[in-house]
Amino acid sequence: MLTIKDLHANIEGKEILKGINLQVNAGEVHAIMGPNGSGKSTLASVLAGNPAFTVTGGSVVFNGKDLLAMSPEDRSHEGVFLSFQYPVEIPGVSMVNFMRAAVNEKRKYYGMEPLSASDFLKLMREKRAIVELDNKLTSRSVNEGFSGGEKKRNEIFQMAMLEPKLSILDETDSGLDIDALRTVAGGVNKLKTANNATIVITHYQRLLDYIKPDFVHVLYKGRIVKTGGPELALVLEEKGYDWIKQEFDNMRGE
Amino acid sequence: MELTDKNIKNKTILDEAANGDYKYGFVTDIDTHVIPKGLNEDVIRYISQVKGEPEWLLDFRLKAYRHWLTLEVPHWAHLNIPEIDFQDISYYAAPKKKEGPKSMDEVDPELRKTFDKLGISLEEQMRLSGIAVDAVMDSVSVKTTYKERLAELGVIFCSISEAVRDYPDLVKKYLGSVVPYTDNFYAALNSAVFSDGSFVYIPKGVRCPMELSTYFRINAADTGQFERTLIVADDDSYVSYLEGCTAPMRDNNQLHAAIVEIIVEERASVKYSTVQNWYPGDKNGKGGIYNFVTKRGLCRGDFSKLSWTQVETGSAITWKYPSCVLAGDNSVGEFYSVALTNNYQQADTGTKMIHLGKNTRSTIVSKGISAGYSQNSYRGLVRVAPKAINSRNYTQCDSLLLSSTSGAHTFPYIDIKNDSSVVEHEATTSKINEEQIFYCNQRGISTEDAIGLIVNGYAKEVVAKLPMEFAVEAQKLLQVSLEGSIG
Repeated sequence: MLTIKDLHANIEGKEILKGINLQVNAGEVHAIMGPNGSGKSTLASVLAGNPAFTVTGGSVVFNGKDLLAMSPEDRSHEGVFLSFQYPVEIPGVSMVNFMRAAVNEKRKYYGMEPLSASDFLKLMREKRAIVELDNKLTSRSVNEGFSGGEKKRNEIFQMAMLEPKLSILDETDSGLDIDALRTVAGGVNKLKTANNATIVITHYQRLLDYIKPDFVHVLYKGRIVKTGGPELALVLEEKGYDWIKQEFDNMRGE
Repeated sequence: MELTDKNIKNKTILDEAANGDYKYGFVTDIDTHVIPKGLNEDVIRYISQVKGEPEWLLDFRLKAYRHWLTLEVPHWAHLNIPEIDFQDISYYAAPKKKEGPKSMDEVDPELRKTFDKLGISLEEQMRLSGIAVDAVMDSVSVKTTYKERLAELGVIFCSISEAVRDYPDLVKKYLGSVVPYTDNFYAALNSAVFSDGSFVYIPKGVRCPMELSTYFRINAADTGQFERTLIVADDDSYVSYLEGCTAPMRDNNQLHAAIVEIIVEERASVKYSTVQNWYPGDKNGKGGIYNFVTKRGLCRGDFSKLSWTQVETGSAITWKYPSCVLAGDNSVGEFYSVALTNNYQQADTGTKMIHLGKNTRSTIVSKGISAGYSQNSYRGLVRVAPKAINSRNYTQCDSLLLSSTSGAHTFPYIDIKNDSSVVEHEATTSKINEEQIFYCNQRGISTEDAIGLIVNGYAKEVVAKLPMEFAVEAQKLLQVSLEGSIG
């Protein structure tokens, strides 16, 4: 589904990603872990097409298409979803209007008629249940005045609405208490099928107790320096990142 | 794309449409009796005579003209106004049927596209394009029902010329009572040469059951260069009045100097909503209407209320300050405004709240949106007189910048003459947030649509004050007005 080859990217001239290689297949869950500042969120942003970052080398092929050549909105239509670490507030724009625009833009991309108001509201109700999102929140402005937990739940709700092929969850666990974490992770698991894939970016093992990864990658200094199964996350939880940093820095003589 | 002749031709048409003059903004009018250019007493006498006006009105016009001669063009606004040769303007054109396109096929496809985007019905599109269709599309029956209903209630809603003829006492009593001809340069000019406009009278205790819109007024299509509107709401009455429309308005006249006067008597309430979308000029700032308007309401009665709501997206230059004189005790004034400027448009707009009565209250919510190379100023005066004890004002004044080449300015004037009154002023300036746009993009919403959403969210508080149907149109208008503004 997703093939990343030797991906390099920078922000304001500073190189953050220094040659990422990653293969994600349908039905898989990949966890990307690593110390702060290693480039995890940058990778998520670059895949989603955030214009703040410049890709300087490498390729990303998504379902046979050149992802890097697409606009952010087309990436979305093609099935890439990013659950933001810090979802932004949009005052005065109700969640209902926002989601209707998003859903209908996607339908337009595939040559489909916009959903009728009643069908749309029905869809909203259905998907809201997945993350137990309060009805009141959907009539409020996008993320405005939402608590940290509500914002993250709202992200997964949007994911449910848009039914992406590849979901990238950027630090979805940050700022969540254990109950909210369970609800959010439960939502993600309910949306998992054999045809979609998930990249979970997290600093801690905690989230991976709820969303079981097939692969765990460690990102350090803009490169994936270690890949393993779910057990790698447990090792990291126990031993921290220092041993990996050391191993990598020694290897490169840094 | 292969460069065939056809492609090249299409490209040229597109370029012309995108870069060329907005041809349909100013059509040559060949079928009207236009008097020679220039302004003098003879011209004013002629206008008055053609309209069959009584002596007192001619006097009013002449006094205004003589006063105007002593005035100079005001320069205090934050506007760059090219010099206007007032002797190079023709001040009267007989309202004969204009020569317009014969069918929608003759109408500029770009204009039609805009109509479609705004969701304007075909019938309305034909009217706005100036297609000469009368009875068929004017829906005579609707209009008749409407007129009958109003007549039953004693509501007068007609052109000001008709009012001068049929209700001279009312007009004489109120004309110039809120905006005297001495008020300012453009008010004097308007008072001397005003062509037509609306007159509304709501009798005591009548709640006007429908929104009065210029659209329903006979000859509404001939909204003039020097329009004059007079609204009188007698004791305990209510009316909601709508001016303008969201469709791009073409007009032959570059200079517009209108006056709106409103009188609100005891416990009466008037809601005045405007959507202004006059031709703004092309994207290089060429052409466009100069809109110099004086709008003022007098809340004369105790417990009276006047609420202005405006969505301003058109005109090359806008100079207008819909104001409330709160003379009655416990009277209320409100001003809700969205002013959007794009390309090279300039707007200097705001309000004046003059508190004279006790316990008077006013609210000002102004939302400026600047894109392109435009300049957008809020100018507002809050004055509380010594006798206006226990008065309150709340002002919220926000500016949103969509480009680094546009400007947003705020000029608040506050003058409080007693110590029992409270005035609050809040102001914010923000730039459109790239994170918000990317968030929308990531959900599949294009940048242009995202900006439309964000701007509408920003303006929501004001747009929500418009009557329902108007509000929906105004939202689309804000979006359409920003198209192509994203660099």
